[in-house]
Amino acid sequence: MLAESLALTAALFVIGVIGVLVHRNAIIIFMCVELMLTAVNLTFVAFSRYYGMAGQVFVVFVMTVSAAEAAVGLAIIIAIFRHRQTINMKDINLLKG
Amino acid sequence: MEQHYPLFYVFHFYLFGVVALASAIAFVTRKSPVAAALWLVNTMFGLAALYVMLDAQFIGVMQVLVYAGAIMVVFLFVVMLLNLGHPSELADARGTGWKLAAGLVGLGLISEIMIILRAKLPEQLIVPRDFNEQQLQKLNAVGAVAAPLFKDYLLAFELTSVLLLVAIAGAVILGRGRSVSAS
Repeated sequence: MLAESLALTAALFVIGVIGVLVHRNAIIIFMCVELMLTAVNLTFVAFSRYYGMAGQVFVVFVMTVSAAEAAVGLAIIIAIFRHRQTINMKDINLLKG
Repeated sequence: MEQHYPLFYVFHFYLFGVVALASAIAFVTRKSPVAAALWLVNTMFGLAALYVMLDAQFIGVMQVLVYAGAIMVVFLFVVMLLNLGHPSELADARGTGWKLAAGLVGLGLISEIMIILRAKLPEQLIVPRDFNEQQLQKLNAVGAVAAPLFKDYLLAFELTSVLLLVAIAGAVILGRGRSVSAS
């Protein structure tokens, strides 16, 4: 089941990347990043059957980091919304030059 | 290296894989954040089932609790706080040029990953075939993950607590907004 898991991982990760590139809603972009993190977790779990339990430990770490990232990122989105009254990436272009 | 799996197992593996993939596609094509979040929860559930089938029962439970439960609830809370219900506030997707470029990037990535998949796994790192089953039988589903976590990766585990503390403090400070500068 390793090949199938890795193919599914690749598909989910690429769907996440396409979502980040295509969407303009900051919250949906964030959810796409979460999807990419989850796809990587599937790789760790699939490989952990062949390389021992360390892969599952890494999944726990990835989950922790993604939880922290979600908390901080969503706080930033709320701060931006309070400031600019929008979360459309079209209107958030201060650094665009 | 691949061992033989019963048809029942293979059928359900593909079933949950297709569920996860179809939900992900439905997720990425939604415009409403709430609909997207619910499809993403569906993807998470499909992946949790796959984790259980891949001998990672504890990770499967954590997937449902942490991702499908906690993180997605936080997302829905933010959608509620921002009050983006009416369609004019929904950010439109980018134009056709961007979509084509994104598709090209996706194709490039997926071909890259397929090339990487042809690499040979280092044989000397591979544990015996029934190693994980033995660990699971000896230490239970939680103990098999906890033993390396608290023995080999203790420092990383402790550093994680610092990361979480910083994240909580940062989220609170960012969320408080103006009152920070006033105080």
